[in-house]
Amino acid sequence: MSSSRIQQRMEALKISGRKALIPYIVAGDPMSTVTVPAMHAIVEAGADIIELGMPFSDPFADGPVNQRGAERAINGGMTLAGVLKVVSEFRKDDNDTPIVLMGYLNPLLAMGEIIFCEAAARAGVDGLLIVDMPPEEEGSLVQSAKTHGLDLIYLAAPTTTDERLRAIGRATSGYLYYVSLKGITGSSKLDISDVSQRVAHMRQHVSVPICVGFGIRTAQDAAAVSSTADGSIVGTVLVSQVEALADQPEKIPNALKAILEPMRQAIDTNG
Amino acid sequence: MALKEQELRTLDYEPDTGGHFGDYGGRYVSETLMAALNELDQNYRKLKNDPGFKCEFDADLAYFVGRPSPLYHAERWSKTVGGAQIYFKREDLNHTGAHKVNNTIGQALLAKYSGKPRVIAETGAGQHGVASATVAARLGLECVVYMGADDVERQSPNVYRMKLLGAEVVPVESGSRTLKDALNEAMRDWVTNVDNTFYIIGTVAGPSPYPQLVRDFNAVVGREVKWQSREIFGKYPDALVACVGGGSNAIGLFYPFLRDTEVAIYGVEAAGRGLSTNEHAAPLCSGRPGVLHGAKTYLMDNSDGQIAHTHSVSAGLDYPGVGPEHAYLKDIGRAKYVGATDEEALAAFHEISQVEGIIPALETAHALAYTKKLAASMQPDQTIVCNMSGRGDKDIFTVARMEGISLT
Repeated sequence: MSSSRIQQRMEALKISGRKALIPYIVAGDPMSTVTVPAMHAIVEAGADIIELGMPFSDPFADGPVNQRGAERAINGGMTLAGVLKVVSEFRKDDNDTPIVLMGYLNPLLAMGEIIFCEAAARAGVDGLLIVDMPPEEEGSLVQSAKTHGLDLIYLAAPTTTDERLRAIGRATSGYLYYVSLKGITGSSKLDISDVSQRVAHMRQHVSVPICVGFGIRTAQDAAAVSSTADGSIVGTVLVSQVEALADQPEKIPNALKAILEPMRQAIDTNG
Repeated sequence: MALKEQELRTLDYEPDTGGHFGDYGGRYVSETLMAALNELDQNYRKLKNDPGFKCEFDADLAYFVGRPSPLYHAERWSKTVGGAQIYFKREDLNHTGAHKVNNTIGQALLAKYSGKPRVIAETGAGQHGVASATVAARLGLECVVYMGADDVERQSPNVYRMKLLGAEVVPVESGSRTLKDALNEAMRDWVTNVDNTFYIIGTVAGPSPYPQLVRDFNAVVGREVKWQSREIFGKYPDALVACVGGGSNAIGLFYPFLRDTEVAIYGVEAAGRGLSTNEHAAPLCSGRPGVLHGAKTYLMDNSDGQIAHTHSVSAGLDYPGVGPEHAYLKDIGRAKYVGATDEEALAAFHEISQVEGIIPALETAHALAYTKKLAASMQPDQTIVCNMSGRGDKDIFTVARMEGISLT
């Protein structure tokens, strides 16, 4: 099987000795017209992969900031079909940047897992991260995702046992998403020495690249994480910025760029 | 797929090792919760057959809760209805006034035996919060209850009760400021503090092993009905009726009877303003399978898979999902799920107060409303046991308000 856009990107980064910067925003937050320009701005700021949130009404593994982002998007009329439309629109001007859709299972079940995977692949989606679908609960989504060449990205946590880590490593393609805190998205403290130890430990059990998320707020955080992991995932700080500018959405793309550019620089300098 | 009677008589009705009841249940959660759930699962498997644990649980049920609760013949009401003999399983007479305490005692003991000095709970109307605060006080555990900020305002007597019992009540400002937001916040707390904290979930919903362990703690209800019905009328009842929100009182009554297929089983959901409107809380009657709060089950969502807003006059039934075992019992045809509207429930609330001298909880009133219909279609030598799951003192303000009466 030919390697996916995500795998190619991670491979290229590895060859050039660089680390990935992976921003996360919620599709349709606060309105659908903002998302495509925001994605392009994110790429200009140096993003390697974009994680795009599929809003869900009950995101019980997310923190309050991301939950409010999802609520704004749903109130703005965003749907799962709308998320795929955003991706197609983005693909008109960018055929290189891998896109991972991140969200919860129920909207996918409502559309039908097979129909969803087919439509996602057609829209130009590269990977899926379904927060509430651990490897134990894999259903027809996994087979359909494989059929349509979509990578499946899974989470690992500080509390994940070695046995589970190996199973998750086998199920994951693209990259493994390491949740750097015990708390959930948007919690405040990032303990770098702890993260490096865990990343080193996980590398004994999984072969895919390891990207770290949940808790990266500053350029220093991103640089520190990149010194040990293969990539930094940045979400809450961006969604907070979108929230602050919800009344002036035209300013959102540049504001996101302004957060990400120093992160990119810090990552590349330290890397 | 409905099963044949012979199959229903021989099933073991236990979930598989992954916590699946047929297609339903399981553990649809983020990896961040997995270790905590695995630990709980292991502790529960170890303790449920531990003689010390069982002995302490039984003793608390007897001396702290006041079990067994009576099986009471509602003679006057049976006569009025003019059909089957109706019996009430009097869970309303338990300490704290509902079946909820059976479960919170079990889980608080699990916390104690697992060495967790702190318990947390989510609550909507406050009943589960009060039951959790009660047992935490009894066992000397620290207790934090998460409650939607809107609910904190609406349910001030229960907030005060929890504080009297020594619990900390945390108002949750996020989202819709109601039960589901309280649940999210409790999950966040648990994930962060799992080393010293036990999460007491209030119903048979949620990820495995909660649906199973909450059922097991409530199953004392059905076990008592088995010997009480034999003692009182010489056989098992012809039918069981209970209200279903998340479904813990119902499964507690139903579970010991599942293989006794001569006993018909009815779960009554909140039909709100009618099942043909969108204003109800009846996922089994008119929802579809999906995934919510860690389990695959029937739920109410829109065409895009977003969880729907629900409506019921009863806060305890106002939930868009349902315990996965009920979803399974529906599909295999072992239990039948029906609805009772707000109006029907309110009528039953008044009728039972006046005919039997028992003010039932509004949740329970849904079961009573259906019991009346069912009894009328049966013969006087037949029997129905309806679970009187809670008392209605907490609801008098709601009912008075709806009738334009101000109680100050």
